[in-house]
Amino acid sequence: MNKLYIFLKYFFIVVWTVFVVAPFLWALTTSFKDFQSVNGGVTYIPWVDFEPNLEGWKVLIKSPAKGGVDIIEPYFNSLFVTCTASLISIILGTLSAYALSRYTFKAGFVKNNDITFFFISQRIMPPIVLSIPFFLFLSSINLLDSLTGLIVVYIVLLMPIAVWIMVDFFNKVPREIDETALIDGCNPYQAFLKVVLPNSIPGLIVAGMFCIIFGWIDFFFAFILTFTEVQLLPVKIVALNSSVTPWWSLSASALVSVAPLIIVAFIVERYLSKGNLSGAIK
Amino acid sequence: MDLVANNLSYKPDDQYHLNEVSFNFKEGNLYTILGRTLSGKTTLLKTIAGLLTPDSGEIEFDGKNFLKVPVWERNVAMVYQQFINYPHLNVYENIAFPLKQRKMDQSIINDKVMDALKSVGLLGYEKRKIQELSGGQQQRVSLARSLVKNAKILLLDEPLVNLDYKLREQLREEFKNLFSKGLADETILIYSTTDPRETMELNGEVIVLDEGKVLQVGSAKEIFENPNSLKVAEISNDPPMNVIEAKISDNNIKFEGINLEAPQHLSKLTEDGLKIGLRSSDIELNENGHEFEVELAEISGSETLLHLKRGDTKIIVSIEEVLNFKIHDKVKINFKINRAYAFNSDGKLASSPFGGLSGQN
Repeated sequence: MNKLYIFLKYFFIVVWTVFVVAPFLWALTTSFKDFQSVNGGVTYIPWVDFEPNLEGWKVLIKSPAKGGVDIIEPYFNSLFVTCTASLISIILGTLSAYALSRYTFKAGFVKNNDITFFFISQRIMPPIVLSIPFFLFLSSINLLDSLTGLIVVYIVLLMPIAVWIMVDFFNKVPREIDETALIDGCNPYQAFLKVVLPNSIPGLIVAGMFCIIFGWIDFFFAFILTFTEVQLLPVKIVALNSSVTPWWSLSASALVSVAPLIIVAFIVERYLSKGNLSGAIK
Repeated sequence: MDLVANNLSYKPDDQYHLNEVSFNFKEGNLYTILGRTLSGKTTLLKTIAGLLTPDSGEIEFDGKNFLKVPVWERNVAMVYQQFINYPHLNVYENIAFPLKQRKMDQSIINDKVMDALKSVGLLGYEKRKIQELSGGQQQRVSLARSLVKNAKILLLDEPLVNLDYKLREQLREEFKNLFSKGLADETILIYSTTDPRETMELNGEVIVLDEGKVLQVGSAKEIFENPNSLKVAEISNDPPMNVIEAKISDNNIKFEGINLEAPQHLSKLTEDGLKIGLRSSDIELNENGHEFEVELAEISGSETLLHLKRGDTKIIVSIEEVLNFKIHDKVKINFKINRAYAFNSDGKLASSPFGGLSGQN
């Protein structure tokens, strides 16, 4: 029984690992292939099955004049827009969530829960519904095709996630902890900064992770709201495709674009394994 | 430096949490607020701390309007019934927090924290995380944090209620020692509890609170001996005082076919609708007594609580030993009727074995 359990456990772990890792290996080997190796039948092992070359990677950094696509600028644009929008969303979202969790708001029949739902309802709408208002809005304030415009739109999209996660989190932090801080001589701002926030780091990390993921993977709004001046990574990667699908450079670009998320995942995993996400609040 | 409140009322919904509460607390004294769950104890303490603003009424401390002083400037300390500490700080940092907030010298902070740790018996635990402590230890940390401030007003909101029986007994003993050690020279100590036994042991001035209203104020002894109403008698006894609907005539107390000779302090009462109050400890098993039927028998600690019934009369008897009974068993009991109270039909004390009369506060 016990042996069967251990066998099954490792069996499924191995199956799952293959399932998860295989696409990455596929992308990694493909990125070092050329036209010949991709189209000349199934090949897996470099130097044996095919001769690896860096052409797929070089395309990504060559200027368009030399036949490349140059994803360096879009890459940093994407990083900048995602990080800035996530940071602002987390700050604004945390503050609103704290207010929604601790104070009672009432405007007619609208109460705290309705406001929280209003935030998250922004994400229920299909993006296509939002695209036209966003387009008109950005064009009226002259922010179409600019990083600032994208950041504004991303804050609108990411803040609801932050509010939603943080309201739930703050609701689980006993109100008495804030009260004790007040009694111990903190004014409300100090109570928030010195006591509530340090105990909310797990929530902040989860909210931050979701904001970064949703910001980083967005293609739709980046596609609609930018043209030539500013481009983000997902849009640029799609532009790679032409009459002959360049599998090698597509694979390389897929790997670079997923890299930041893997780094985020590793950081969160380290934090998780230290046990910091649980047990902060009993 | 007195803490004086006048007609505090707080009614956030349909029910009064505080209803015209007035008091005059003097420094160096211990005040116990006794009331059942949801009677407004926590609301009162939070109002004193400044966490709640009453709808009407005034609080003055040291002659100044206390309601205009924000919580963080009030110099109060509070221990909650939940063990509230700062989870991101260790034991030492938790206790030092209020002192750091006052920007005290590091060496002074160190001395004070060590003193506080010593007085709650947690020396050697400085570096521990809060989550690594037991419930009792966590509550000690929060007590130490409130002691270290030398607050002028120390509020303890049912600090023992979430602890297990043994720890409760132990910590209650330590509380008594702490309070009597002269901690309270300048401090007003306010302790809320649902447990009448705790009230009696702490032996301070007792305020009986129910549905936000002050029912009676007096020493623990006074409340025990002369509860001014049935409500107070119920709240200040655990199990609640038995109430028996009886008739007094011809020097006899009559109910359910039982005839008891009325003791002197009850014999002169003649009015209708009297209710006789008798503590569960003032009823004993006796083979020559009156027959009742067992409805429920519960063993609590070293006591047995018998819920008995005869006709429409239901009573609870507490016996100082562990005995086994079955439901529907017949038992015979005797009433120590000379310890009985009488209450008017409107619930006011009519006569007590200790000589108290209705209308006395």
